[in-house]
Parts: sequence; structure tokens; C-alpha cells
Amino acid sequence: MKGKKSLVFLLAALLIIGLAACGGTSGGDAAAPPEDDANALIVVGFSQVGAESDWRTANTQSMKDTFVEANGYKLIFDDAQQKQENQITAIRNFIQQEVDYIVLAPVTETGWDTVLQEAKDAGIPVIIVDRMIDVSDDSLYTAWVGSDFRQEGDKAAAWIVENFKDKDPVNIVHIQGTIGSSAQIGRTAGLEDAVAKNSNLKIIAQQSGEFTQAKGQEVMESVLKQNDKIDVVYCENDNEAFGVIDALEAAGKTYGRDGDIKIISFDATNAGLTDTLAGKINYNVECNPLHGPRVEKIIKQLESGGTPDKKAYVDEAAFDATTITQADIDARSY
Amino acid sequence: MVMAENGKHYLKKITEHHLFLPLVCLAVVLLANVIKTPNFFQVSINNGILYGYVVDVVNRSSELLILAVGMTLVTAASGGQDISVGSVMAVSGAVCCQVLSGGQVSVNSFQNPFLLAVLAALAAAALCGAFNGLLVSKINIPPMVATLILYTAGRGIAQLVTNGQITYVRVDAYKLAGGYIPGCPVPTPVFIAIGIVVLVSIILKKTTLRLYIESVGINGSASRLVGLNSTRIKFISYVICGLLAGVAGIVASSRIYSADANNIGIYLEMDAILAVALGGNLLGGGKFSLAGSVIGAFTIQALTTTLYAMNVAADQLPVYKAIVVIIIVTLQSPVFRKFIALTLPAGRKPMKPAEAEEEVQ
Repeated sequence: MKGKKSLVFLLAALLIIGLAACGGTSGGDAAAPPEDDANALIVVGFSQVGAESDWRTANTQSMKDTFVEANGYKLIFDDAQQKQENQITAIRNFIQQEVDYIVLAPVTETGWDTVLQEAKDAGIPVIIVDRMIDVSDDSLYTAWVGSDFRQEGDKAAAWIVENFKDKDPVNIVHIQGTIGSSAQIGRTAGLEDAVAKNSNLKIIAQQSGEFTQAKGQEVMESVLKQNDKIDVVYCENDNEAFGVIDALEAAGKTYGRDGDIKIISFDATNAGLTDTLAGKINYNVECNPLHGPRVEKIIKQLESGGTPDKKAYVDEAAFDATTITQADIDARSY
Repeated sequence: MVMAENGKHYLKKITEHHLFLPLVCLAVVLLANVIKTPNFFQVSINNGILYGYVVDVVNRSSELLILAVGMTLVTAASGGQDISVGSVMAVSGAVCCQVLSGGQVSVNSFQNPFLLAVLAALAAAALCGAFNGLLVSKINIPPMVATLILYTAGRGIAQLVTNGQITYVRVDAYKLAGGYIPGCPVPTPVFIAIGIVVLVSIILKKTTLRLYIESVGINGSASRLVGLNSTRIKFISYVICGLLAGVAGIVASSRIYSADANNIGIYLEMDAILAVALGGNLLGGGKFSLAGSVIGAFTIQALTTTLYAMNVAADQLPVYKAIVVIIIVTLQSPVFRKFIALTLPAGRKPMKPAEAEEEVQ
């Protein structure tokens, strides 16, 4: 009985403090010291998808490193654990807390109209990172920051064109990513465009490895049984490349820097770059997770009254097995 | 005349055998390749290992086969399916790699004994199975709902075990279970799968487990009344299923010498259920055929390999797969069998009792 009474009291007290905090504009109130800080700092609410990969972890870390108090920011971070409901709740919370900017790394493309409209009504600019969103009204978000998968594909295709200038035909095996993902669409388009423009390039097999090592290996095993002459294997991420390497190894083929079959890969994860340094992967195009600085640039632009570009791409490098060094790998936290 | 009668009798016996249709389906899927890929059945030794599409089918179906064995027992005993097996594979792979790597992200030598890692992984998997078994047998939660918990939570647990990273164990000895034993041209997963099937078959044959599982599956209350502990038998079947998922998880993680919590065994639970159904087993429980599930597992992998061999575009792949599965399942449905039995003029009357028996199967 006593426990219940004290609980009621506690709730009432919390309610009063809460009301005071909401209504308090003085800022000197003892109940709301964070608001005092918040007035000086730019408050950024960041809703992240989750922590499913090294890439994602590096992405989160980049935001946390950029939006620190020393730089004049206060970051409110929310991990949505792969659920859109959680992200929508997080955005509503950000609106309630009257943050200055909302940064969203969306888990899916669709279903954001309502909650982004709420943010717009509240006058809070929304910056989308990584994946794109599909909304009926483009003014619902201020800008998008992410990887230009198409450009990544173009870079890799350019390497093939450059290195096989004198060869005809160049037999390419194309291991695609999960069909329909933006990374797959961009990277596939890059290669297919190059094939259309260069008559010596020929895709002899095209199948999805679903971005996994196991599927990449299984698909490559099958491809090897039909095609004897393979010059290039174009894998749309590092995991697929690992699987392809295992399949080539089992079939007794030579590959990589000193072998017959050249391997192209994307993402440039730590394990992928290690294989590039070892000469197993010939060319690895980076998918840069360090979005923080680019987002900060947009926020600075908005703060000074400017209009940032609707789409902003992060800078991305590419690594050739003949020129990569250990220092390149060490310089990366992911 | 007598000869013809006899011939008809044998034919009927063959066509009414419970493995007849599953075998026909497997044969049709495999033979379809001859048209487009004449070298489909060609097997050669390349680089010291067996090389060919058929080898791929047998090799790649190993994990599915192991899962299908466990799924068959669970289905027979509880009349429901364990949809958490794919996630349990991820848990087992994660535990195995994490023990071997001693908590590091990538290692080039074992940090702990291999045996310890395997035992820890199997213990974790059996624990998952026990959790499912407890919910289904003691608390009477429908199997799909009960196992839905680990279906969703399992990969989260695996992520926790690996700290959200992909743990690599780059040691040649670890690649044995999913690769090749030096000097042996047959992939190791095949031996593991055969070992599991033989072991479970012997247990079913030498003990009363098969009889108990079937009677509990047909009528749990009646079994209890005659003195069988239905709860315990259901529980045991889930523990076995979890344990086998653990074995499959170790094989899958050994193939990629890493613990990829997001992808190991993904969607494999659905394939395992399908394998059980394709094998002519009733998903409602009761009598079961392990051989049927094995054939079902081969059929599914044969279909995947066939579609790869035929160069079906990746975006159309699921559609073709679905169409073939629908055809196979329809062929084996009791309604279709009855229709065939009625339209075939031969032996319309005497077929009835046999048909009834078939349906129980």
C-alpha cells in the first residue's frame, strides 16, 4: 500500500517536472539544465538503422565523432534495431524534443510521408543518409547524403576497360547483389553501360549472389562448370568476392594480381582490403561510411542561410592490388 | 493373362509406395537438365576433387538435409514446424567461431580447442531446441508461434555473441567441415549429412522412439492414456531438432570460415519445411518417412542448381522456383492422388483401402 502511494507521488512529481520543463523558457530553471546547453549547441537527432555490419558501425561512429560538443553540437542518437516503427517513434521524439536537425538513415524506402510531414510542420530540416527514401513530396527532406553506387560501378567498369584495352573478347562473370537494392542497381548499371559502349566486353554469366559469401561461392561453382574462359569476375560486394575466390581455389584456377582471372569487388571492408593487399582481389571500390563530415557541411550551409544541394555524395576511393599499401588499410576504422 | 495381372500388381505396388511421387519429382527436376545442360550428369575429378553439377547438388543440400531430418521428427511429434532452425544455425555458428577466435574479429590460429567450440555450439543449439520444446510441450503454445520467438530473437542473440561483427576463423583446419579433407575427393558436408541420417535412422530403428513419436503425433491424448509421456517425447524431438540445426550451423559457418549472423541459414527453415512436405510427409503430424524428407531436400537443391545451370536471370529465379514447387506440391496432394486414382480405370474398387492408407501417410 505504501509502495503504491509513493509510486503515485513519484509519477505526480515527474509530471510536474515535465510540465515545468516544457513550459520553462527562462532556461535558468534547475529542472532543465540540458536546455540551457541546448540553446548554445545545435541539437541533432540521428535515427540509425541498427548495427548489423562493420560498415554500419563505422557510419554511426562517424556521426558520433562529428557531432560532439567541442564542435558545437549535441547529438541525440537512436538505434532502431532494423525496425521502421522504432525510427518513426524516434523522429516523433526528436520533434517533441524540438531538435534543430533530424538525420535519418532509413531502414526502408517507403512509408515516411506522414512522419516527415510532421517534422516539416514543426519546421525541422531532415537530412537523409545512406539509403534513399521514396516520398510523394521531395520537399519533405532537405538533403540526402550517401554513396553514388552508379559512380562506383562506373569506376570499376573503367578499370576493366583500361586493363583489357587490347583483348577481345573479354569474358565477364557478373555476380550481382541482392536484386532491387540500390547498391545492386547502381553497380550493375555501371557495368552494363560499359559493356554496351565497349564491343570487346562480354557478360557471359549473370546471377545474384545475394551479397553473401555462401551464395557467391555456390553461384561461382555453377558458372565455372559452363564457362572455361573467364577473364573477369565482377562481384558486387566483398563477401561475394570471398566466396568466388574459394570457388576458384577449389577448381584450381589462378586469379588475382598474378593469376588468369581478375576479380573486382566493392565496399573495401577491412577483410576485403586485406585480400586486395594479398593480391587476391584486383580492384576494390570503396563504399564510404563516413557520412558525418558531409552532413555537418550541409548543416553549416543551412545555419548560414544557404540552400544545400538536394543530393550530396561522399568521396569514395578505389584500391588497386598493384598499388595498395598496408597504410591504406590501417587508415580505415572499418 | 496372369503375367499381365502380376505386372499390373507390381506397377500398382510401385506407384502406391509412399516414396514413389517424391522420387518421380526429383527425377523430373534432374532430367529436365538434360535438354539444356547435356553435361549436367558429368562428374570428373578436377584439382583432386569431384567436380560436376550432381556433386554440387549433393554437397550444397547437406545443411538442408540435416535440418530436414530434425524438422521431420518435430513435424511428426507435434504436428507443427520449428521455424527457428535457420536462426539456431546462426547462433551455433556464432558460438563456434567466437570460441575459436577467443573474442577477436579475425584470427589465423585457434584460440581454444576445436572440440570445445563444437561442443559449446551444439550445447547452445540444444538449449535453443529445449527452449522451443518447453514452450510447445509443457506450455502448449502452437509450434509456429513458440518457435517464432527464436526465429526473430535467434539472429539477435547471434549478433550479441559476435558483438555485431563477422568473426573470421582463417584456419585451414576449420574449413574441413565445410570443405574437403586433404586427399579425399568427396566434400566433407556430404559425409556429415550421411552420418546424421544414418545415426538418426539407427536410433529410430533400434529404439522405440519412432513408434512413440508417431503415436504422439497421431493422437497425443490417446498416447498419454496408454502410458506414453507425450510431453517428454515432444520435448525430445525439439531438442534433437535444435541439436541438428546446430550441426548444420557449424557446417555452414565452416564453409565460409566465419560467423555471419545475418546470413547463415537465412530462409533455410522454409526450405526444410518444404523438404518435409515434398517427401510426402503430412505436416499435420503422425507417420513419417525420413527417406522422403531426404529426397525432398535433394529436390530443392537440385531445383536451385538447375536454375543456375539454365542461366535463369536472378530477378526471375524466385518465380520459376515457386512455379515448380507449386506443381510438385499439387502432384503430391491427396486430392490430386484421389483424382488420378479415380480417372485411372484399372482397379478402381480395390484401390480404395490402399488410398486411405496413403492419406494417413
